[in-house]
Amino acid sequence: MTFFIQIWEILKEFYPFLLKGIGMTLLISLIGTVAGLVIGLLTGIIRTTPFSKNKLLRVIHKIVNGIIAVYIEIFRGTPMMVQAMVIFWGYAFMNDGQTLPLIPAGIFIVSINTGAYMAEIVRGGIISIDKGQFEGAYSVGMTHWQAMLYVVVPQVMRNILPSVSNEFVINIKDTSVLNVIGVAELYFMAGKIIYINLEIFQTYTIVCVLYFIMTFSVTRILRLFEKKLNGRENYTICGSQSDPAAEIHIKEEAK
Amino acid sequence: MKEIVLEHLEKSFGDHKVLLDVNLTVDKGEVISVIGSSGSGKSTMLRCINLLEEPSGGVIRYKDEDIRKLNLSKYRAEVGMVFQQFNLFDNMTALENCVKPQIKVLGRKRDEAEKIAREFIEKVGMTAFVNARPRQLSGGQKQRIAIARALSMNPEVILFDEPTSALDPEMVGEVLDVIKSLAKSGLTMIVVTHEMAFAREVSDRVIFMDGGVVLEEGTPEKLFGNPKMPRTREFLSRFLNG
Ligand SMILES: Nc1ncnc2c1ncn2[C@@H]1O[C@H](COP(=O)(O)OP(=O)(O)OP(=O)(O)O)[C@@H](O)[C@H]1O
Ligand SMILES: [Mg+2]
Repeated sequence: MTFFIQIWEILKEFYPFLLKGIGMTLLISLIGTVAGLVIGLLTGIIRTTPFSKNKLLRVIHKIVNGIIAVYIEIFRGTPMMVQAMVIFWGYAFMNDGQTLPLIPAGIFIVSINTGAYMAEIVRGGIISIDKGQFEGAYSVGMTHWQAMLYVVVPQVMRNILPSVSNEFVINIKDTSVLNVIGVAELYFMAGKIIYINLEIFQTYTIVCVLYFIMTFSVTRILRLFEKKLNGRENYTICGSQSDPAAEIHIKEEAK
Repeated sequence: MKEIVLEHLEKSFGDHKVLLDVNLTVDKGEVISVIGSSGSGKSTMLRCINLLEEPSGGVIRYKDEDIRKLNLSKYRAEVGMVFQQFNLFDNMTALENCVKPQIKVLGRKRDEAEKIAREFIEKVGMTAFVNARPRQLSGGQKQRIAIARALSMNPEVILFDEPTSALDPEMVGEVLDVIKSLAKSGLTMIVVTHEMAFAREVSDRVIFMDGGVVLEEGTPEKLFGNPKMPRTREFLSRFLNG
C-alpha cells in the first residue's frame, strides 16, 4: 500500500515537472515527425525523378542521389543516442565549445533521424503508385513536378499515413535518448525527480505509465483519423450502367 | 493541312527493335484507325507521338514543327491521349479530373474550367457522376470521364490506345458511341483498336501495322474489302473468323 501512497505523493509534488516533460516530449516528437516527413517527401521525390537528358543536370542529380543514399544509410545504421552526442558535441567542438540551444538541437536530431526512415517510406509509397497515374498527368501536359504535387503525393500521403503514425509513436518513445544532451523531456525529468526523492522504482513506474498513455492515445487518435479518410471514399454507389434513370446522384463530399 | 507527320520513326527497347521505319501523315480533322496484331508496335507508335516514349530515330512533326523543339506541356495539351487503362487521377472526383489539368496546365480560372469540364462531362453522358471518385465508377464510365478530361483541354488531336479493350463487352458500346460522335466533330483522331466494325464505320483511313512498319493503308472500303498484302488478308481473316 505504501507504494501507491508514494506514487500519489510523487504525482502531487512533482506534477509540474512531469507535465513539462510530457509537453517537451510531445513537442519534439511531433515537430520531429512532421519535419522528418518533409525531408522524406523531398528526398523521395528527388530520388524517384527520372534523370534529365541535360548532361550537367543528370550529373548533379546523381551526386545528390548519392548523398541522400549515404545520409539514409548512416542515420538508419547508427543509434539516435550516438547521433545526438556527435551532433551536439560536434557543433561545440567546431564552435569553440559553444553548444547549440537544447530544444532546437533536440528537434534537429529527431527530425534528421526520422527523415532517414521517412525517406524510405515515401520512396516506397511513390514507387507503389501505378505508373498510369503519371502518364495520365503527362498526357494532359502536366510536368513531372505537377504530376507529383497534384496527383501522386496526395495518394502517397494517404497510403503512408499508417507508417507515419508509427514513426510518431516511435519518436515519442525515442526522444527519451535526448536526455544524454540534457533536453528536458519526460525521461530527463524523471532523473531530476529521483535526484530529489531517491524513489527510483516509483518514479520510473509513473514515467512508464505516462509514456504508455501518450503512445496509446496517439495511436488511437491517428487510427480514427485514418478510418475517417478511408471511409469517405469507400461508400459504394449504385446506378445501373445501362439504365440512366437508375443513376443515383452522389452527394458532394464534405470538404 | 498536315497535322501530324511521322518520318522514318524508329523505336528500340535495348536490342529489341519495335518500330523499324514508320511513315505516316495525318491531316487535320482526319480519323485514322490503327489495326494490327499484338506486339506490332501500335501502342509504341502512339506513345512516341505523345513523347511518353523517346523515339530512337526519325522525326515527328506537329503542324510542320519537330515536336522535340516544342514546349512539351503545350504540345501535350494540344495532343491528348486516352489510355486502355483510363489512368484517371484516383485522388480526384470525376469533375476535378477534368478541371485540375485546365487550371494547372492552361492557366484557366476555376469557374471557367468547371464550366468547360461540365460541358464535356455532359457530352459523354456522365453528368450524374461529376462528384464520383474513379474507384466508384465502372470501366465504361471511367473511360468516358477520361475522354471528357482529354476534351477539356480543347485539344486538336486525341490519340486513343485501345480505349475499349479493358472493358466488359456490355460497356464497349457506350464508349464507342462517344468516340463516334467526336469523329464527326472535326477533331483529329488516331485510334488503335481491335473493333473492326467500328474502324470501318468511323475512319477516313485505316492503317495496318505489322512488325514495326505500316504495311498497308487505305480507306476502310479498300483495306477491309480488298486488302493487297497477304499479311493483311491473313490478319483480317483471322480476326473476322474469330
Ligand atoms: N517499355 C518497354 N520495354 C521493353 N519492351 C517494350 C516496352 N514497351 C513495349 N515493348 C515491346 O514492344 C513490342 C510492341 O509493343 P506494343 O505495346 O507497341 O504493341 P501493340 O501493337 O500495342 O500490341 P497490343 O495489341 O498487344 O497492345 C512488344 O514486343 C513489347 O514487348
Ligand atoms: Mg497496345
